[in-house]
Amino acid sequence: MITVEHLTKCYGDFMAVSDLSFEIEEGHVYGFLGPNGAGKSTTMNIMTGCLSATDGTVRIDGYDIFEEPQMAKKLMGYLPEQPPLYMNETPVEYLKFVGAAKGLKGMELAQQVEEVIDQTKIGSVRHKLISALSKGYKQRVGIAQALLGNPKVIILDEPTVGLDPIQIIEIRDLIRQLGESHTVILSSHILSEVQAICEKVLIIARGRLVAFDTPENLEKLRQSSNGIDFMVEALPNEVEEILETLAVYEEYTLDEVETGLLKVHIKADTDDARSVCRQLFFAFAEKQKAIVEMTSKKANLEDVFIELTEGETTSGLSVIEKTDIAGGMDAADETAVHSLYETEDIPDGSDLEESEVEKE
Amino acid sequence: MIAVWKHELSNHFHSLTAYIFSAFLLAFVGLGAMLYNIQSAVANFEYVLSFVCLGFVVIIPILTMKVIAEERRQKTDQLLYSLPITTSQIIIGKYLALLVVYLVPLVIISFYPLIFSKFGEVYLLTSYGSMFAFFMMGAALMAIGTFISSLTDNLGFAAGIAIPVILFNYYSVSLAEYVSSTAIGSAVALIVIAVILGFVIRHLTRNDKLAFGVGAVLSIAIAGLYVMDSSGFEGLLPDIMTKLSLFERFYKFVNGVFDLTGIVYYVTVIVFFLFLSVQSLEKRRYN
Repeated sequence: MITVEHLTKCYGDFMAVSDLSFEIEEGHVYGFLGPNGAGKSTTMNIMTGCLSATDGTVRIDGYDIFEEPQMAKKLMGYLPEQPPLYMNETPVEYLKFVGAAKGLKGMELAQQVEEVIDQTKIGSVRHKLISALSKGYKQRVGIAQALLGNPKVIILDEPTVGLDPIQIIEIRDLIRQLGESHTVILSSHILSEVQAICEKVLIIARGRLVAFDTPENLEKLRQSSNGIDFMVEALPNEVEEILETLAVYEEYTLDEVETGLLKVHIKADTDDARSVCRQLFFAFAEKQKAIVEMTSKKANLEDVFIELTEGETTSGLSVIEKTDIAGGMDAADETAVHSLYETEDIPDGSDLEESEVEKE
Repeated sequence: MIAVWKHELSNHFHSLTAYIFSAFLLAFVGLGAMLYNIQSAVANFEYVLSFVCLGFVVIIPILTMKVIAEERRQKTDQLLYSLPITTSQIIIGKYLALLVVYLVPLVIISFYPLIFSKFGEVYLLTSYGSMFAFFMMGAALMAIGTFISSLTDNLGFAAGIAIPVILFNYYSVSLAEYVSSTAIGSAVALIVIAVILGFVIRHLTRNDKLAFGVGAVLSIAIAGLYVMDSSGFEGLLPDIMTKLSLFERFYKFVNGVFDLTGIVYYVTVIVFFLFLSVQSLEKRRYN
């Protein structure tokens, strides 16, 4: 549906997007994830023809956005970060203009305007001035505008930014609905949002694609380089002895909380955390050493995100083993795995566990 | 294009600008008609139009300042870029809407000579010829205003630049008498203009080589021509200033000459500035 190849955009000396390539298939909800300034909006602006690229191509259903912009743009509906609304018009007037500019006429125009008003539930404010609408309604009018002309692809740039929690839920439901009949691409820096609505996630940092996979697989990615923490009533040398017989770990750290109580952190080299837990449990039980607490650390998308996006700035952190990543993925996701290796410094998440995460 | 045109038109009439423009134009013409035609009992309606000309300095910028600057200010330009229409269609649609807004008061004004002709002999041909030129001149000034509006997202700035530009054009003939008419004076002035042009290009394209290249080549060309034949530069600057005046060409029509070169000049100015507006809009995509 959309093919982006070697897309590069420079602002003077600053490289906003650098050699970005990916392919988007029809009929899914895609999430474009990245910290502020990662190049999400720039990429979307280029994809929709609002901005030129320094290098590379974007094809929408075979139409090059730079060579055949009219045809390509007809296939897309775009809601920029700030909804492009004429404040002194009513939603109906506004939608009629956009529809007409998209080439709709007469009955078809009136019908489609009604349809999108229904779909986005803005019927109650249809004759109010847009300037008088709440932010949530303005966003809906913006989405309605993108839906006109029945485009195959709908691109939404941070559609829920600045909305209250109830509005966010409503907009997410709307996006989910749209995903049933359109290809939807939305950008966000909110992880839970992407996790909640997107079937595939593209993580972009410093203008580069660092991951492209389903949210579940991206989570597995972290799980596979698993850490297991447990508290055991034993002395350090006893623990070392038992662990050496097991060989389930890559490395471990011991931390004496109080005399006779140790906190052990294990970095296991398997993606099956449960079996490691089981082995640990029985091994210690056999020696009459009680494990009083054990947690296998489950990463969420947030960890993956921080790991991947900060990977390029943080150095001196260990690189995730190749086998670890591949272990957590299906064969079909090999391409995504490949893209991961292109970023050289993927840090160990454990060091970042404490970092402040910008949560929703 | 038609969608943009309709939308722009409804926009003008939704806001006050179209009404202010029409009201001012009608008030100026009414005032002029009273002074010339009624009080002084002169049968030439074209004098009224030449009196009203100065009003353009204020009313054209009021109308054109927001044409493109407003789109940028409220970020709706992104919508226009993402719609399946070309930038030329956007500019032409917007410009045609401006012309319609301008035509509304002109249609009302076009009845005045007919009314006056009921009470005496009015030179209708000169009146309507001048009215046509009046329309063309306004259209040319609107194209300039549109271009200035496309340079900024600040309405005040768009109007603030358009007013002195039109005012300078209005007085350029009078000013031409005061500038140096010697050959060296003209050559120096032209070189200064070439250098300024270089700075403008640098500002627009952020390309030092291109800006320096254009500035240097033009300056050297002017200097070279001056060295080869300095007599050609005699009185060149005042000449150019007179030639560039949109108003001076209009007075020819007022004097009863239907000057086709004037019409061609107006059309050229319109096309040139609309072309620049399209480029200015296109340029936004590249930075």
